[in-house]
Amino acid sequence: MMKVVTANRLFDGEVVWLGAGGRWVEDLGEAHVLETKEAEAAALEEGAASADRQEVVDVYSIDVTVEEGMLIPVRFREQIRAAGPTMRLDLGKQARRRENAA
Amino acid sequence: MYRYDEFDREFVLARVAQFSDQVRRRLAGDLTEEQFKPLRLMNGLYLQLHAYMLRVAVPYGTMNAVQMRKLAHIARKYDRGYGHFTTRQNIQFNWPRLDETPEILSELAEVEMHAIQTSGNCIRNVTADHFAGAAADEIADPRVYAEILRQWSSLHPEFSFLPRKFKIAITGAPHDRAAVQVHDIGLQLARNENGETGFIVYVGGGLGRTPMVGRKVRDFLPEADLLAYTEAILRVYNLYGRRDNKYKARIKILVHETGLEELKADIEREFEAIRGGILTLPKDEVDRIEAYFAAPAFKVPGDERLFDAAIETMPGFADFARQNLNAHRQPGYTSLTISLKPIGGAPGDASAEQMEVVADLAEKYGHNEIRVSHEQNLVLPHVLKSDVPAVYQVLKEHGLAEANAGLVTDIIACPGMDYCALATARSIPVAQRISERFGTPERQKEIGDLKIKISGCINACGHHHVGHIGILGVEKKGKEFYQITLGGSADEKSSIGEIVGRGFSYEEVVDAVETVVDTYLNIRNGEEEDFLQAYRRVGEAPFKEALYGTQ
Repeated sequence: MMKVVTANRLFDGEVVWLGAGGRWVEDLGEAHVLETKEAEAAALEEGAASADRQEVVDVYSIDVTVEEGMLIPVRFREQIRAAGPTMRLDLGKQARRRENAA
Repeated sequence: MYRYDEFDREFVLARVAQFSDQVRRRLAGDLTEEQFKPLRLMNGLYLQLHAYMLRVAVPYGTMNAVQMRKLAHIARKYDRGYGHFTTRQNIQFNWPRLDETPEILSELAEVEMHAIQTSGNCIRNVTADHFAGAAADEIADPRVYAEILRQWSSLHPEFSFLPRKFKIAITGAPHDRAAVQVHDIGLQLARNENGETGFIVYVGGGLGRTPMVGRKVRDFLPEADLLAYTEAILRVYNLYGRRDNKYKARIKILVHETGLEELKADIEREFEAIRGGILTLPKDEVDRIEAYFAAPAFKVPGDERLFDAAIETMPGFADFARQNLNAHRQPGYTSLTISLKPIGGAPGDASAEQMEVVADLAEKYGHNEIRVSHEQNLVLPHVLKSDVPAVYQVLKEHGLAEANAGLVTDIIACPGMDYCALATARSIPVAQRISERFGTPERQKEIGDLKIKISGCINACGHHHVGHIGILGVEKKGKEFYQITLGGSADEKSSIGEIVGRGFSYEEVVDAVETVVDTYLNIRNGEEEDFLQAYRRVGEAPFKEALYGTQ
């Protein structure tokens, strides 16, 4: 199994994933991949504690896979969450990535 | 149009202060998300896929230039430079930050706007015909009654915790442009034999996972009884509506499960108990509200030779004039639809710059009035025909002159999975691809009036059940899948579309729609028979045959 824990940041709604050391990251590539049930449960607990500190809301885990060395969510909905609206490539995380690449 | 009195102003400002404090307490940790969520929803603030979403009310779809400029300003300062006009005549911003929403609400309050009752299990923004106060076929202005209902329903203590949300729509004309029969309460203004104003009343219409056309409960409700009767309906619903199952909680289910006659009797009983009391509408109060909606000081008709000449000489103008103008009751005037459906565009989206262009046009040519239609377009309700060529020219320069009102590319689409946390499939890109497929003026003209409506989940925000062609996106084995319904309609002869057969993949669905359209073109009795008429004449058989072959 491969999972990551995700949430939305409380103050601005930004999609985030749980990275190394319990830090929330804005880029899925930096998320901490969970390979056992125990690791997933621990990460969800960490996320819940963060929610209790008013850092994030709606904490849950998602399935991910690796394609061409990149971390990709399995569900299409989560792929859109990780990128931005599919018909507005100038918006969301995908836009920032494009800017950075340019 | 309606202007706030002292009471309205204080009420909205108090609400802004209250919400600011709620946001502060949430960020400080004094409120949990569970406690805060219903509070933010009462102020129209959702959490969607990528960010928060703020839904701002545009009561009965009416606003002025200053308000539209404020929306443009908010789009630019707090959002990503655009807004999305909705099927409830409201506007949604897709990227606001929670910590900035109190500021946005303060800015809105400066121009008499707010986000109250745009969400939650209360009486939502009352919608009305977007040609209200202008249409040639109108009996009376529905906004007068929509405003009275707004004042009565705003934070109504008895109806703030209904079993589920509650939507009311009013049309002022026999031709229903407000889809009243698919609302919880639908009101159609009428005159009785004595020439008195009143309403035909429908109850229990709705879309969602159990679509139903509303049932008529009154042939004529006198004007004075509007609030007492509406309150009676709400009381019966509040008492008997189901609270055990969210999906069975709307009044349509109550009508269905109780039976029309019994429910009617319940409503009439409640009505008898409260009629003639404090809820009776005093005539002078109706007159007072009506004065707010008085027609502007119409000008003498201009030189219409300008209009006629433009038909001959201005590229694209003849199509625009044929498609985007609606007959006005005042000689020399017309109502002009500004399509927010450019070919290949996202239905209902407008940039901040486009909003400002519309505001300028409303001031210069439109007596400072703008409407949002439930079909996700904008309307200048009062424009001199002689000014239409000049308006068209400006619209054209800003990508707002698509001559497609009512045509195949004038598609209603919900935000779908590109934005919405509830969606199971995308809607906007499907609308965009259909729009591109049928986008040439010749093809659109050939097809004629055709309403396509797309929803990205079973909640049906894109009204797919009442599309002549409806498209419902679902998730099937991890893929987007689209079900097609045919023969739906949301006018005075409302009907729920029928599922034509198995669904189509994201890749296939546009071809399937084209097959349906081509089948119609083959079977119609001449150009005068539009899609819906043809479907009602022949039924689904030829469409089924064309889509799936002989089975």
